[in-house]
Amino acid sequence: MTILVVAEHDNQHLKAATRHVLAAAQAIGGEVHLLVAGQHCAAVAEAARALSGVACVLLVENDALESAGAECMADLVLSLVHDYTHLLAAASASGKNWMPRVAALLDVAQLSDIVRVDAPDTFTRPIYAGSVWATVRSEDTIKVITVRATAFEAVAETGGSARLQKVDATSDAGLSRRTHLALNDSSRPELESARVVVSGGRGLGSAERFSALLEPLADKLNAALGASRAAVDSGYVSNDYQVGQTGKIVAPDLYIAVGISGAIQHLAGMKASRVIVAINKDPDAPIFAVADYGLVGDLNQVVPELTSAL
Amino acid sequence: MKVLVPVKRVLDYNIKARPKADGSGVELSGLKMSMNPFDEIAMEAAIRLKEAGQVSEIIAISCGTQACQETLRTALALGADRAVLVETDEALQPLAVAKLLKVLVLREQPRLVICGKQAIDDDANQTGQMLAALLGWAQATFASRIELGTDHASVTREIDGGLETLSITLPAVITTDLRLNEPRYATLPNIMKAKKKPLETLTPADLGVDVTSRLTLLKVAEPPARQGGIKVNDVAELLDKLKNEAKVI
Ligand SMILES: Cc1cc2nc3c(=O)[nH]c(=O)nc-3n(C[C@H](O)[C@H](O)[C@H](O)COP(=O)(O)OP(=O)(O)OC[C@H]3O[C@@H](n4cnc5c(N)ncnc54)[C@H](O)[C@@H]3O)c2cc1C
Ligand SMILES: Nc1ncnc2c1ncn2[C@@H]1O[C@H](COP(=O)(O)O)[C@@H](O)[C@H]1O
Repeated sequence: MTILVVAEHDNQHLKAATRHVLAAAQAIGGEVHLLVAGQHCAAVAEAARALSGVACVLLVENDALESAGAECMADLVLSLVHDYTHLLAAASASGKNWMPRVAALLDVAQLSDIVRVDAPDTFTRPIYAGSVWATVRSEDTIKVITVRATAFEAVAETGGSARLQKVDATSDAGLSRRTHLALNDSSRPELESARVVVSGGRGLGSAERFSALLEPLADKLNAALGASRAAVDSGYVSNDYQVGQTGKIVAPDLYIAVGISGAIQHLAGMKASRVIVAINKDPDAPIFAVADYGLVGDLNQVVPELTSAL
Repeated sequence: MKVLVPVKRVLDYNIKARPKADGSGVELSGLKMSMNPFDEIAMEAAIRLKEAGQVSEIIAISCGTQACQETLRTALALGADRAVLVETDEALQPLAVAKLLKVLVLREQPRLVICGKQAIDDDANQTGQMLAALLGWAQATFASRIELGTDHASVTREIDGGLETLSITLPAVITTDLRLNEPRYATLPNIMKAKKKPLETLTPADLGVDVTSRLTLLKVAEPPARQGGIKVNDVAELLDKLKNEAKVI
């Protein structure tokens, strides 16, 4: 068995999700190779050689990969994958985007968002917003898998000494072109890898109150900010703050849900957090059923009080 | 330009799914089924393009059991012009659905396919991307804004850490995110009218597609349960617990 993991990075740094995906690969067993594909990303590949348990780092540098569209990325991975038994990437916005193209072109059924490796051909994944888990066996010769990063402990950043192999591969189908990129303020930790997440819901009432109440709290805790769909829909924050079935999956050490009722679709995205705190004025809100510590009260009073006591 | 909108029949999002007693699948009998919410958004996007005069015909497609007729009637009531049911009792994987859709695309020659980004039953998030790949088409997934031109579409989509806008060559596949639009409800007169709109039924064999699954579902179970916690009385008690009991701050 040889496993190809596709790294996630921004041409400068490896994203944390990659080390979680490597852990899933190691749970499968066999030799693990890591593909670093991008533009001027040799430094990422060099750092990746030290990752624990990686036998080989494949480096592909190609200007077309600067803003690699799914078409381009899928063609590239497809050209490299044939000698492997498993292909893994994070179930991130990026992995979700290109991986199914690879699976389709290999004529293979993809396993999305696995949370457990049961055997090299058998995996468990949440379905129905995580209300149930399905254990599935794949008969395909190459297993194509996206991994829920939060379900696997990251491998160590050091200790490995992988060989580096440069690969020449180009692909640019020219089907799509990025015309605009709007990245969010990156002074906060990334939602999916933050140790603490402060999330707000419809209970915040307005965009102004969302930032006035939650930003100081997040600052004190060095936390990432998240939101329920209702908060996103009401325009309090942008779409990529959304935590849940159809947003981001997070599992920080501490998740603080403020003014969030706890709909199943929201719980799907944060239920695996180590410690959950809920602040809600409704004592019967379903969020309290998953919260380790529930505080019934008006968030307008409780949140500033908490912030100043920290 | 013709637009194809694949719509899936799924357990209504308000209902909490439970495993069958023998763990062989999810209990669906007697429960309310609805159109996948992302497909309602896809339908709405197609209807608005038609209302803007940019789209001439909307074809709704569903793959599954005979009961999917109901979902297609909803699509027709919302504004689809005609519907195609690919009827089978087999459990369909996204790859099989993509293959069925590919044959229908070749038959119907749409310039655009608008899918949901994810079906809320299997949470696979694969079909649109697979269809695009099988056709060799461009894709723009997780769309929150679509501007349609004649040869290109400009699509704003969610990526990790922000938004990007793509210019994609048509024909293409777009998959919808929640923020794209707010879907309308079908009105009673339109529900009546939908009964007269054409609904064609085909089988996978008619389309020459083998839909046999390569995945075997071994079991379905409840996820590990989370222990409910306690209620604290005030901020001071909360901080004390977080510091001294949970040790997270
Ligand atoms: C297909 C689909 C996908 C979805 N995906 C997601 C998803 O990924 N993520 C997600 O979050 N949702 C998702 N949803 C939406 C989900 O069903 C809920 O509607 C949403 O999570 C509710 O958000 P909320 O808890 O902020 O709002 P509400 O349910 O309106 O809750 C607001 C809460 O704030 C409390 N509150 C109000 N004022 C105060 C105050 N002054 N002090 C304290 N508490 C107060 C209230 O008691 C209430 O509990 C999805 C829905 C569908 C149909
Ligand atoms: N059986 C089906 N019939 C029609 N459309 C489907 C079917 N399965 C998936 N789709 C489409 O593909 C999208 C993504 O589904 P999935 O890849 O299963 O998450 C859905 O939102 C639908 O638009």
